[in-house]
Amino acid sequence: MELTYEVEGGNFSKAGHASSSIKKVLKQLNVDPKVVKRVVVALYEAEVNVVAHAYNGIITARVEQGSVSIEVRDQGPGIPDIPLAMQAGYSTASAKVREMGFGAGMGLPNMKKNVDVLNISSQVGVGTRVELITYF
Amino acid sequence: MLNESFYHALNVNTDQCTGCTHCMMKCPTSAIRIRDGKATIRQDWCVDCGECMRACPVDAIYVAQDDFARIFDFKVRVALLPAVFFGQFADTVSDERIHAAVQEIGFTHVCQVEQTADVITRRMVQAQGEMPDKPLISPFCPAIVRLIQVRFPALVDHIIPIKPPIDATSILYKQMLIGQGIDESDIGLFYVTPCAAKIAAVKSPVGEKQSVINGVINMDFLYNKVQQLLIQQPDVGQGMALEIPPIPHKGALWSLTNGEADRMQGRCLAIDEIHNVIELLDQLETTDQITDVDFLELRGCDEGCAGGVLMSRNRFLIVERLRKKTLSMKDGSLTDNPAYGAALDYLDEHLTLDEIHPRSIQAFGADVGQALKKMQQARNLMCYLPGIDCGACGAPNCQSLAEDITRREANLSHCIFLQRTMEKHRKLSSDHAIRIIEKTWGKDRLDKDCRKKGAKYEGK
Ligand SMILES: Nc1ncnc2c1ncn2[C@@H]1O[C@H](COP(=O)(O)OP(=O)(O)OP(=O)(O)O)[C@@H](O)[C@H]1O
Ligand code: SF4
Ligand SMILES: [Mg+2]
Repeated sequence: MELTYEVEGGNFSKAGHASSSIKKVLKQLNVDPKVVKRVVVALYEAEVNVVAHAYNGIITARVEQGSVSIEVRDQGPGIPDIPLAMQAGYSTASAKVREMGFGAGMGLPNMKKNVDVLNISSQVGVGTRVELITYF
Repeated sequence: MLNESFYHALNVNTDQCTGCTHCMMKCPTSAIRIRDGKATIRQDWCVDCGECMRACPVDAIYVAQDDFARIFDFKVRVALLPAVFFGQFADTVSDERIHAAVQEIGFTHVCQVEQTADVITRRMVQAQGEMPDKPLISPFCPAIVRLIQVRFPALVDHIIPIKPPIDATSILYKQMLIGQGIDESDIGLFYVTPCAAKIAAVKSPVGEKQSVINGVINMDFLYNKVQQLLIQQPDVGQGMALEIPPIPHKGALWSLTNGEADRMQGRCLAIDEIHNVIELLDQLETTDQITDVDFLELRGCDEGCAGGVLMSRNRFLIVERLRKKTLSMKDGSLTDNPAYGAALDYLDEHLTLDEIHPRSIQAFGADVGQALKKMQQARNLMCYLPGIDCGACGAPNCQSLAEDITRREANLSHCIFLQRTMEKHRKLSSDHAIRIIEKTWGKDRLDKDCRKKGAKYEGK
């Protein structure tokens, strides 16, 4: 089953829409609550990254019998050094973003911690693609 | 645990019910459907919050209670009265007179439910230091505990496993009476409840094997009895030399909004009214907005128990009066009361709740593979349903109808808009369409009736 959501850059009040909707779906499928929590935490971070760092994005989630794979694809500045971005505490967040309580540099490490597979590819000046896979 | 059947206190009086959909539209777990023109409640989804009863314009939803005469099966008859009961009476009616009236009606003892609040607070604060999952959630409101079990199963571990005042106080009081040499079989503990959820909690407790409470009396019933007595016998209680034991002031306010949150440590939020609670729990599960909160006091009713479905007076006035009354009473702690002595130690050992289990609503069944198929089927059905959420199919919204269809509990032709399309394409005769509507809404439902609510001869 495939679910698609749009994400709008800069709109912090809408961030969490996709994760909330996927949470409902996984709960209704009786997926183990601990797995649901992991998926939702990771996707929420990815969603917020699009909101905080990119211009707009599309989330596509594919739910299958034993797994959920989510692709978060955005148009934005891209990430020049992915290993550096992955480091806990590394952030390029603006003062404005930090004021809103984001920008601790913990999003990507948090995603890594919560999903089974995390793939990131990015092209500077074009955009970023984050893939999150969780098995259950 | 999953197939366990739960006692529910909310019932539909089918003679009274007009099948108007008000309750169906308000139910926070979408547990109500209209069949044959009457509301029906899905028992395993109901959390006894009472929203349906509040929404019903014709008083067709009622709370089943124990026969009052049952109190006389016992020699010692204890009325367990929550503080909100007292908040319903005018300022001029003293608590002494209320106590006297309750005794005149047939009880031998009157026991204030919130007197154990301090003991409970101490243990809950202790639990705050020991439980890893933040925020911790109050175990107080049974509607909320059940809501979490069915709709937020991942959060059951956040509920503090300490018994709420009603359970703690009944254990303490019973133990005290036994300590006075009274035979256990002679003691009848009767809880006067502000809501349906508390009844359900007594009849099928969560996290406890059996309640020590012998029966439940609806608060509106006792309120009427007391009020009547106070009018008929204005001098009731005079010369009775009643002495009400002092109760901890803060404890008396426990069941009101912020009654618990004010006493817990760290960042505490108090949220009342079940839809507000659902909104918050939804956010708690997904976003990181609620992460640095330590304690959540969650109540099913607006203004806490002052807004319970069985309360007879305006909830805001009850809160105002109760706050004022409490301040004018003697402040004291349980340990000041020598009568309790050893019973307090007993209570201390019996204050922990057993594990609380999730019992999630399984709209599509328990098996993930099957559920996935059904969910896809429901999404497919949603392509055809109009998304108007009118309730004319007998389900609260299009989504619920789609889910019902996947469970073979309904058909697409229950949708009145699809009926039109089917008729147009000659897939459905108009006679058949009427029969379907009658199946949902009852025979003769579409006949002219001038006595219905709002019509020309309403009530005649
Ligand atoms: N979708 C994206 N587009 C562009 N840059 C990104 C994107 N996602 C992450 N980054 C870059 O990687 C850095 C680290 O991301 P990470 O999510 O770990 O931290 P953060 O977003 O800065 O702070 P936090 O997630 O803790 O609020 C970001 O500061 C940003 O420079
Ligand atoms: S808030 Fe109080 S009255 Fe309302 S459902 Fe909960 S326990 Fe009952
Ligand atoms: Mg981030």
